[in-house]
Amino acid sequence: MSIIHVDSLSKHFNSIKAVDNVNFDVREGTIFGFLGPNGAGKTTTISILCTLLKPTSGTAIVDGYNCVTQPAKVRRSIGVVFQDTTLDKDLTAYENLLYHAILYNVEKSERQKLVDDALMFIGLYERKNDLVKRFSGGMKRRLEVARAMVHQPKILFLDEPTLGLDPQSRNNLWEFITRLPEEKGVTIFMTTHYMDEAEVCDEIAIIDRGKIIARGSPEELKKSVGGDVIYLKTTNNLKALSIIREEMSLTGKIKGDELFITVTRGDACLPELIRHLGDIVKSVRVQRPTLNDVFLNLTGKEIREETPDSMDEIKESVRAYRRRFDRT
Amino acid sequence: MIELRVVYVISAREFKKFLREKSRLFSSLARPLIWLFLVGGGLSRIVPTGGNITYLQFFFPGIIGMTILFTSIFSAISIIWDKEFGYMKEILVAPVSRTSVVVGKAVSGSIVSTIQATIVLMLFPLVGLKLSLLSVLLIIPLSFAISFSIASIGILIATFYESFESFSIIMNFIVMPMFFLSGAMYPLRKLPEIFKLIAHFNPLTYGIDALKNVIIKEAGEMGADFSLPLDLTIIFLVSLVFIFLGTKAFNRRV
Repeated sequence: MSIIHVDSLSKHFNSIKAVDNVNFDVREGTIFGFLGPNGAGKTTTISILCTLLKPTSGTAIVDGYNCVTQPAKVRRSIGVVFQDTTLDKDLTAYENLLYHAILYNVEKSERQKLVDDALMFIGLYERKNDLVKRFSGGMKRRLEVARAMVHQPKILFLDEPTLGLDPQSRNNLWEFITRLPEEKGVTIFMTTHYMDEAEVCDEIAIIDRGKIIARGSPEELKKSVGGDVIYLKTTNNLKALSIIREEMSLTGKIKGDELFITVTRGDACLPELIRHLGDIVKSVRVQRPTLNDVFLNLTGKEIREETPDSMDEIKESVRAYRRRFDRT
Repeated sequence: MIELRVVYVISAREFKKFLREKSRLFSSLARPLIWLFLVGGGLSRIVPTGGNITYLQFFFPGIIGMTILFTSIFSAISIIWDKEFGYMKEILVAPVSRTSVVVGKAVSGSIVSTIQATIVLMLFPLVGLKLSLLSVLLIIPLSFAISFSIASIGILIATFYESFESFSIIMNFIVMPMFFLSGAMYPLRKLPEIFKLIAHFNPLTYGIDALKNVIIKEAGEMGADFSLPLDLTIIFLVSLVFIFLGTKAFNRRV
């Protein structure tokens, strides 16, 4: 059954359609990924689902409650990790989590235990009395996810959870996020513009310019690209092209000094291909489709960077300032 | 509806941070001290005050008022700052009422402001004032009440805060005039009519007047312009009206 139901949701900022007639459902206990370039409308959608922003039209139902008319009930059901950190760096890890528990009206008798459990789950229990500003970027992110889990929400929203983290911290964070649905029974709704991160999702919606342009499991989406791509370098590309057409009835294309063919099973096709072409082949590689190819295939372009408005610029400079002065 | 747990969390957080950040305490105390001794000290040489107090003594309640004004306004403005950049989002996405958030912010700003005002107050022997223990104990809750009224105004101002540029606009067109037209530096009754009129609509005027009523009781024509009960009534009404307007504006914006 679906725990999030979104129906013809739109959000306009003046003339800009940040979210444009979006529909989707999220099944309980799954990881749902919102994938798209910066400025595609991911954060706007999350803000609406978290009741921080009112939609222009359409409905959003979270855990059975309407985000516009029952915001307080929605907020009780969800935990949120925003793109920018909302930890208080001048408080300790323990204080950050304790205040969260109080804000969410967690019973006094349970607070201590829930906070300690959360800290143990992310492996920061030993450092609970350290100020957050002494933590590394990866530790802060983990702490933030742990904080969002303290009140035992049914749904966890993660907006670009790994933004600005080094590869090791990213892996570390994913390792622990992917444990959550099974161990804590939580549904995860996340956004990302890293294609490789979306691989962990059970279902993905690809969003571009406010519209959902594709939906499905990572496997389904990759299949939609039409199979593997074989890249060849030969001594005579034109001759190779005609051999492939005549002997194997496949259509290849030339891009730069390379030749590429899209086939269903690249590994199975390779021996035959080399037998036909003989020694004009200089090099060959097979590429499995990635979600990146899915995106390219659908939109015909690389991930587009949005021109920032002035508030974004300010935020960016604050982020840069923080990065420089944080003792990470 | 006001949820006490929200007011508690916002205040406890502010208080802990205040205790941990020693530099913030020092820098916020620097301003009143500079004004008191560098501005007040100079003026006291050329301004004949008449009656039985020096200009520095007359200025002292005004300096406490200044400490309250700056600390309260800026801690209130951080409500928007926090929303864009940090912790406020954590509070706003929690199942708590916006009214509690606004009241919590006003209370937390007032706590910090009261501590700073009290520290400045303890300098009273340096300007030759004599205060009884009772007066000192009275000024502390009084400072809290004034702080709360100013913080309520600050929150309303904060909802108009759009960008970094508005910061200097707020400074130059709201905070500084509020200070100069509050009776902090000149007795109201000596101001030109037009300024006197404006000063009557300045909430800080009554806050500083209340402080004058306690700190410089027997200053004659350099002393308070209104009675203490009138001052307190206005401080109370201002708090009530502005916290209401601030909450409405904050609800609409956030």
